[in-house]
Amino acid sequence: MTDPVLQTRDICKSFGALRASRNISLDLKVGEIHAIIGPNGAGKTTLIGQICGTLKPDSGAVYLRGEDVTGLATRERAQLGLGRTFQISSLAMEDTVLQNAVLGALGATANPWRFWGDVLKDKDLRTRAEEALHRVGLQDHALTRTAELSHGQRRQLEVAVALTKQPRAFVMDEPMAGMGSEGSKRLTGFLDELRAEAPILLVEHDMDAVFALADRISVLVYGEVIATGTVEEIRADAAVREAYLGEDA
Amino acid sequence: MIRETYLNALTLGLFVLIPAWALFADEPFTITLMTRAAIFAIAAIGLNIALGIGGLVSLGHAVFFGIGGYAMGILAYHAQTYTALAEWPVLIDGTKSMPIIWLVAVLVSSLAALVIGALSLRTAGVYFIMITLAFGQMFFFFTISWAEYGGEDGLSIYVRNGFPGLNTLAPIQFYGLCFVILCLVLLFTWRLSKSPFGLALNAARQAPVRVETVGLDPTRLKLVAFVISGAITGLAGALFADLNRFVSPTMFSWQTSGEIMIFLILGGVGRLYGPVVGALAFVALEHWLGGLSDYWHIYLGILLLLIVLFGRGGLIGLASGKEAVHD
Repeated sequence: MTDPVLQTRDICKSFGALRASRNISLDLKVGEIHAIIGPNGAGKTTLIGQICGTLKPDSGAVYLRGEDVTGLATRERAQLGLGRTFQISSLAMEDTVLQNAVLGALGATANPWRFWGDVLKDKDLRTRAEEALHRVGLQDHALTRTAELSHGQRRQLEVAVALTKQPRAFVMDEPMAGMGSEGSKRLTGFLDELRAEAPILLVEHDMDAVFALADRISVLVYGEVIATGTVEEIRADAAVREAYLGEDA
Repeated sequence: MIRETYLNALTLGLFVLIPAWALFADEPFTITLMTRAAIFAIAAIGLNIALGIGGLVSLGHAVFFGIGGYAMGILAYHAQTYTALAEWPVLIDGTKSMPIIWLVAVLVSSLAALVIGALSLRTAGVYFIMITLAFGQMFFFFTISWAEYGGEDGLSIYVRNGFPGLNTLAPIQFYGLCFVILCLVLLFTWRLSKSPFGLALNAARQAPVRVETVGLDPTRLKLVAFVISGAITGLAGALFADLNRFVSPTMFSWQTSGEIMIFLILGGVGRLYGPVVGALAFVALEHWLGGLSDYWHIYLGILLLLIVLFGRGGLIGLASGKEAVHD
């Protein structure tokens, strides 16, 4: 299987005069981590929105496992196997960690129309949720209210919720943000293994993590992909150095 | 501070002990008051599903309360005047049977909730409040001009409707019926809040984007919650009409919607027993403060203000020392 799992073709999106995405064509292949980097305001979040279905591109198309999903809603793309984590945590803060994970598992069944039985006693959902929590290292916090988690732990929970669905592709928006170096290292190790299960489109500011993890990197500047390549190629690319790395590093 | 579970048991205990005392002390009026409290509690439990769990601030729940009331009124009116409700395409007669009236009340208010919900859920926040309020006013003015069923004067039903095996005219028996329904509705709501649907709905209130991302439709979850909510409040409306043996457009007024919301805020939004405590407290205040002054609403207003300012978990929150929590 060599077809990309996730693909965008010539995506364009403008907000008034601002061209947030200009003919973006990217793909995500089986087994890889494809990182997207770029300065603030480069259009990374807009791009992710279009891939996940919260924004509709003005033109161009998004393909998930070979299927054109451009016209599909977020939840339909999720049902097709797209797992997403957010830059700003969007978890049910009043609920426990376990409840959030169970919600992810419930989403995978696509059947919330059961009004009687205790959802936390549903063996299947619970097992899936606990497995996911275990994998990200939150198993000891299952009964903690989400609002009481640290920023880093919320990021871990974001990943766990996405895991419960056993997605075919992950889109992760800055999963390392707000984590200490310890947590960041741990998560790096975890994502490293995760790519074998499902490829990851990774938007991340933490350059150490990006260079350690990415099979390929795309550099986004002013809504345009100015370069795509391996870590070495990107490090060597003059345009990239000028536009991005040079300013930062 | 009292544990919330004890507080809930105590509340339910009052619903048994007070009427029992009233029965022996021969105080039928107290029984009527408790019946009123039980019915208000059912109506507010309905709203609690939409507002407390689903986060839908509906200022139009009088629509369902009124529909329940008029379902009883219209069916019983045709039965007592021996006229047919409809002759075409099929002959439909009125009825004096409570179970049938309840069924009709629940079905019609669910249908109304489905239509109103589907339209209102396109909006959110203040617009949602306003559009539900507008629907309430539409029904209110429609019934005022509905001369066939009494218009502004409403409909009087001379004899309370019947329930197999019970003498519903005996206050304690009708109370018992309402109390059993209250318990069943509580049981259903408790199970619902723990169920897969409850979990998803609860999350749809807190983080709709998350619900969408896991692959579920938050709007559809809220719509179903709104329908269940309307059905329960509609059932309460039918009971309320039977308690008074009278229905009028007042049941559809925005004050009614406001009062149902007050029960909820008073007791504690999102708590299983919040509506029960709130309705009981409201009826007690109405009775005692109403005896002190015609302007008792001003005291109620002050109390509400204090609760909203200092006890966001309602009376239960104040007594148990816990802030608003959604279990």
